[in-house]
This record gives sequence, structure tokens and C-alpha cells, in this order.
Amino acid sequence: MSEQMPNLVDVDDLWVKFPTRTGMFDAVRGVSFSLGKERLGIVGESGSGKSMTGRALLRLIRKPGIVEAKQMKLMGEDLLSKTEQEMRDVRGQRISMVMQDPKFSLNPVMTIGDQIMEAYSLHAKATKRDAKDKAMEMLKAVTIRDPDRVFRAYPHEMSGGMGQRVMIAMMLAPDPEILIADEPTSALDVSVQGQVLSIMDRLVEERGMGLIFISHDLNLVSSFCDRVLIMYAGRVVETCRADKLHEAQHPYTRGLLNSLPRLDQPRDRLEVLKRDDAWRDAASVVETS
Amino acid sequence: MSATDTENQSLRQWLLSEAPMSRRQARMGAFYQGWLTLKSNRLTMIGLGILLTLLFVAFMAPLIAPHDPFVQNLANRLQPIGSDQHLLGTDSLGRDILSRLIYGARITLYIVTLVALIAPIAGLFVGTVAGYVGGWADAVLMRITDIFLAFPRLVLALAFVAALGAGIENAVIAISLTAWPPYARIARAETLTIRGADYISAVKLQGAGPIRIITKHIWPLCISSLIVRVALDMAGIILAAAGLGFLGLGAQPPSPEWGAMISEGRKFLLDFWWVATIPGLAIFTVSLGFNLLGDGLRDVLDPKDSGDE
Amino acid sequence: MSGVEIENLNVWFGDGEDRVDAVIDASLRVESGASFGLVGESGSGKSTILRAITGLVPTWSGKMVVAGEELGDSRSATFFNKVQMVFQDPYASLHPRHSVDQVLSETLHLHGYDDIDKRVPKLLEDVGLGTSFRFRYPHQLSGGQRQRVAIARALAPKPEILLLDEPTSALDVSVQAEILNLLVDLREERKLTYVMVSHDLAVVGHMCEQIAVMQHGKVVEIMSVEEMRAMRPQNEYTKHLLTSSLGYSRPESVR
Repeated sequence: MSEQMPNLVDVDDLWVKFPTRTGMFDAVRGVSFSLGKERLGIVGESGSGKSMTGRALLRLIRKPGIVEAKQMKLMGEDLLSKTEQEMRDVRGQRISMVMQDPKFSLNPVMTIGDQIMEAYSLHAKATKRDAKDKAMEMLKAVTIRDPDRVFRAYPHEMSGGMGQRVMIAMMLAPDPEILIADEPTSALDVSVQGQVLSIMDRLVEERGMGLIFISHDLNLVSSFCDRVLIMYAGRVVETCRADKLHEAQHPYTRGLLNSLPRLDQPRDRLEVLKRDDAWRDAASVVETS
Repeated sequence: MSATDTENQSLRQWLLSEAPMSRRQARMGAFYQGWLTLKSNRLTMIGLGILLTLLFVAFMAPLIAPHDPFVQNLANRLQPIGSDQHLLGTDSLGRDILSRLIYGARITLYIVTLVALIAPIAGLFVGTVAGYVGGWADAVLMRITDIFLAFPRLVLALAFVAALGAGIENAVIAISLTAWPPYARIARAETLTIRGADYISAVKLQGAGPIRIITKHIWPLCISSLIVRVALDMAGIILAAAGLGFLGLGAQPPSPEWGAMISEGRKFLLDFWWVATIPGLAIFTVSLGFNLLGDGLRDVLDPKDSGDE
Repeated sequence: MSGVEIENLNVWFGDGEDRVDAVIDASLRVESGASFGLVGESGSGKSTILRAITGLVPTWSGKMVVAGEELGDSRSATFFNKVQMVFQDPYASLHPRHSVDQVLSETLHLHGYDDIDKRVPKLLEDVGLGTSFRFRYPHQLSGGQRQRVAIARALAPKPEILLLDEPTSALDVSVQAEILNLLVDLREERKLTYVMVSHDLAVVGHMCEQIAVMQHGKVVEIMSVEEMRAMRPQNEYTKHLLTSSLGYSRPESVR
């Protein structure tokens, strides 16, 4: 990345902690990364802290959880010192988030159109007509063929893939600078998955948006993203270029890759990941670009 | 001192062990976890305290009551609170109110226990059978339930007592008859969601029959929400029993039932307020105790919250 | 002898206007000792076939011969000694209030075993769980451990045929590898027949010798694993599935 272009996001030494009966639990431990106008993948298994990292960026960690960082900046603005009121302007308008299952993120008793219009006018203070035009435009942008019908439809009338596209349309209506997608396609069938990904892909290219793509699927991340952070037990164990993921060095990444069954390389037995406590204890890897 | 400390420590570890070595340890561990959750809620502990006190008082009544609750002394009637020998005063027949209150705790406990045994079990049975079997059995059982639900509880209980005759046993039966339908509804709703779960399919694939599935797999999951509901309903049941007593259809004089005591005191309410108020406060306190405990039990027992963390 | 033989199976739910056909005219044959994969997207009817075999769906027509028995409306008591199933979600397939010990003891009891106290530890060992897991409750187990318990439950009656309904789709990849290895080992040791449902072609390719592809309730193609690995399917839809399973391919317009 060239020096003069400012990063969209700079995170330095991010910690997410939860107090429990038995002491402090660190969900994220000293994660540092920066995001440009690119697709950044965060991969890891469940409990690795990848979703928490995404949520921490929006300061969406529920109490009594604590977010700490040396710095967490959005285009040079400090996110940590913002008040809750100011954060509300950031969420949705400047950083949007798409969750795993659209069924739980859409309001079941509002039509799709109303929800997109609401998302848009909440931030843009547009007239109703403008909001409607924008909603239709967004629905078209996510390649929904019949936007009129979808505009009037309720969430339960949507299939999973359609619902996820609507979610993306809603999240993109206020023209955010950054989109955080938390397992956006794992609830979808493979054929639909491709369509949803290509929509996000195009938006990154055309709007110069930054995308943080959180997933457990190594193949998907390596073929879709530009850069990957691999997380284990709350810390980043390795970063690399996505297309070089299959040449990754860290034993954890190697273990994950080898435990995947592959059509092109049949094996009698899959390799089983042997976890090493040292991976857990070492400090987070900082990018060397 | 330190020896007992380490002993306590090891008992705690034994109970909280993630790898119990025997059935007994696993079960005790589960209980202990529940107890810890319950203990962390102060209001629940207050509720539990009230009910333990009720239990203690009812059990030890002959030992702690200062007077015989049935001995009348007309010369000493309607004494105020704090008078000599009678801490809470006397009623219109000169009987010691405190002693009557203490003996009345036994009756309250008796009613509560019987209703708590009859109504939820009947409801559980009807609800789970209706929910699991479905079809016409469901339709018939649920319409019967609806009929019972269509009347206000006290009115229906009044009708039953009138038909069965006044008396404490009949009051209990009447209250139970009116209290089971909501439990049947809850049990049925739970059964409908449990019925389709994979773990029920899995046990079907082992060749288990409907009776085993209902009693061993569905009941354990319904019981917790029923216990919560019973604890929360107890206040209403005590009030219904007191209401019947107040109307002269429950416990008969000279029985020191709290509702009947209020009813007697009612005649002197303006001049001698404590005669009716004291048993009223007792009813209020015990009802509150059950409510607080019920709230806490919900946190511990609700299968939706516990289990996966 | 064939393990599973299905001819013209139709399964539907509801009646009249509400009728939904979940499986349409499906025919397939699994040799005894073979491992057969059923792939397709959600709603393609692949799991429904397994549920029809086990008698969990009441409305079906066609012919099913499984483990030498021609299946009717109900399943005989001995049927479940021969055919068992592992469910998709290990978080939903274990009773939340039953300990591992209760689950396995009840299963053994239902199948008429007496020496339960001896068999439970043995079963746990077979699936790679130590006896220390015996008295735990499901919430004290990880997803992989739960799935091992579910496999132990299915193995308890010593079945010939194991139906696997997406046994690893709810698990992390490293845990998936452990479970798949366990299943491969068990099949070798016990000469089991597998019918495995999955949406993941790589998993089915790893586990199975023959694969049926389903779409909208119909079997659109049956092929050998070699054909699949060589990416030589006959059917358009299968081709599409295979290419999407390789990961994201960036369209030209976006590059």
C-alpha cells in the first residue's frame, strides 16, 4: 500500500475482555491491522475472536464486555473517544455490517422497501421520494430482478439468498465507507453464495469501499479477498496475501488447510490439527507490508 | 480452621468438576450450579427465606405459639396490638391472633402443597399427551381445557365448593380443578416444540414408544417451566383459598385459616383494624415470597437460558 | 446383496393445495458395505430420503428395501438394530437434560442389552472419548464431542447401515477432519454401509465411492467419485455445483 493514501481503518493493539466468574476472559488479544480500499478477510474457527473483532470496530460489544486499544481510527478519527451518540452516526452510515442470517436481522413486520428507506433516511434526512428512489436503486444494485415486488414484500417471503441481498442493499443505502460482512454467505447454498459475493465484489471495485470479510471458509476467503488475517484464540497468528494463503507458514494455518478434504487431492485420512499452546501465548502478529 | 477450609474447597471442586466420575456427582454438580445461580439473586433469597420461615412456623406451631388458638376468653376480646400477653392482640372471641396466625400457617401450607401436587401434574399429563399424540386426542383434551379456562377461577371454584360442600378439602379440590388448565396449555405448547426436535427423532430410532418418550424425554423439559409457573401462581392460589375462606366456603370456624380470619375481622374493621389486617399481611407476605422465588427459579430452570452458554 | 435399494420413491408433505413434493421418483441402489453420497442444496430432498428410510416421514410411496427388509408403513423392532442415523446438528440431537451416560444407557436398554455398565465405557472408547466424559451433560461438551456421543449412540445396537445427515456441517474444519477420520475408521472396522447426505462436495468426495446429485426433489445424476474428481459430470447442474464448490471465481467484469 502506498504511503500517502490514508487507511480507512487503523487498529492497533485491540483487546476485547469479558469479566466472568473465574476472572477476565480475553476474547480478542492485541489485534492490529489496517484496512484500505480492499477486501480484507479474517478467518478462524469458532471462538477465535473474529466476529468480536468486527463488532469491536463498531463498539457493539455488549456490557459487561470491555473494548480497549492503543488506537482504533476510522480515516484518522478516533473511534474510542466518540460518545455513544456519535457512534450511532458512524454505525450504518460510515461502517455497515451484514450478519450471517438475514432472517434475524430483518424486521419481520415491515416491508423490505420500508426498511431500506428507514435505514437510508435515518442517516441522510432525505425526503420520502428520495428515500424511495434510493431504495429502488439499491435493490437494483444488488441484482434483484423484480425490485418493485421485493420492495413491497415482507422478509418471510424472501429466500435466503434474496434476504441476504436485501440486507446488503439496506446496509449499502447510506453509502458507507466500510462494510463488515460476518459470515454473509454461510447460511446460503453454494450457487447463491457466488451471486452474493460478486455483488459485494463489484461494490468494492465501483465505490472504493473497504470490506472486512469474516469467514471460517479458507477456500472462499483465499479466492475472494485481497489480504487475510488468520486468527486463533483471540490473536492474529499470521497475515498474508489471500492468493498466497495456500502457501501459509504458520502451523495453525497449515493445519487448517490440511484438515480440509479436497476434491483435487484425494487422501485416505485427513490431517488432524494438533494444537500447540505456544500459538495461544505468543503476541499477535503485526503486519509487515 | 484451615483443614475445614480445604475440605470445603475440595467439596466445591468436586461439585463443580467438569468431569464428574459418577452419576451422583453429576447430579449433585447440576444442583449446585443451580443453587449458585439462585444464590446470586438477592430477591430470590428473600423469597426463599420467607417460605422457609413459613415452613418452620407451621412445623413448630405447638412450640412457638404463646396460646392455644382455639381458647376463647370473652373478657379479653379485641385487645390491641402490643397488649400484655397478646403481641398481635386478640379477636372478637378473645383468641390470641398471633397463635391463630401460627396455626393458620399449617393450613396455608396444607392447601398450597395439595394444590401444587394436583394441578400441575394433571396439567402436565393432559398437555403432554395432547401435544404429543395430536389429532383427535389433542382436540378433545384442549376443548375440555378451554371450557375450564372460560370461567373466572374464583367463580368456578365457588360453583365446585357449592356442589361438593364447604370445607378445606373440597376447597383444595375446587382450586385444583380450576388451576390445571393453564398448566395443560403450557405443557402442550412446550411439547409441540420438543416433539419435532432431533433428540426425540433420535430416541424414536432406538425403538422407544410414545409412553417412554413422553415420560422420560418430554416431561423433564416441561417440568421446569411448570415449577416456575406454579411458584408464580402460588400467590393466586393462596388468595383463592383465602377468598373461599372469606366467603365461608373454605375452612370452617373455628379453624384459624387466614382468609376466614379476615372475614371475621371484617365486622370490626373500622374500630379494630388489626384483626383483619394482620392475617391480610400474612397472606401478602407469603404470596410475595412465592413470587420472588418463582422469578429466581425461572433464571435457574428455564431451559432456554441455561444449557448452552 | 444390496444394503439400500430405493425405487421410484416419492415423499410429500401436506395435502391438496398445500401439498409439497419433497422427493420425486428417486431411485438409487447402495451395495452392502459401500459408501454412498447424496448431495444437493437445501430443499433438494436429500435429507428427506434418509428420514423416509427411518420412518420419520409418514407420507411416501414407492419401494424401499433396506438391510434385506422391504419397508412398509412402520418399522419393525429389529430394523433399528440394523439401521441407525446420525443427525446434522449435534447441538439439537442430544437431550439437553440427559447426561452422556443416560443417553447411551437408555439406547442400550432399548435394544435389550443387560451389561450396560460394561458397554457404555466401551462405546465411548470406540468413538475416541474417554470414560471421563461419561457423566457430563451436553452443555459441558464441545460440538465435536457431542457429535462423537451421537455417533456412539448410533453404533450402540451394532448396525449394518449408518445414515449420516450432514454429520459435520455444524463443526469447525479441524473438528470436521477428526469426525470424518473417525467415520472412515469405524466403517473399516465394522464393515458398515454409509449413506451420507451433505451439501459439501469435498466432504462427500472424501467419504463416498458413489454420489447422487439431487435438485428440486429429483435425482439428476449418479456418478462415481472418480468422475466427480475428474470434473466430468454429465449434468449441467452438477457442473455448476462442482465449479461453485471450488471457491469464488471472480467474473471478468469485476476484474
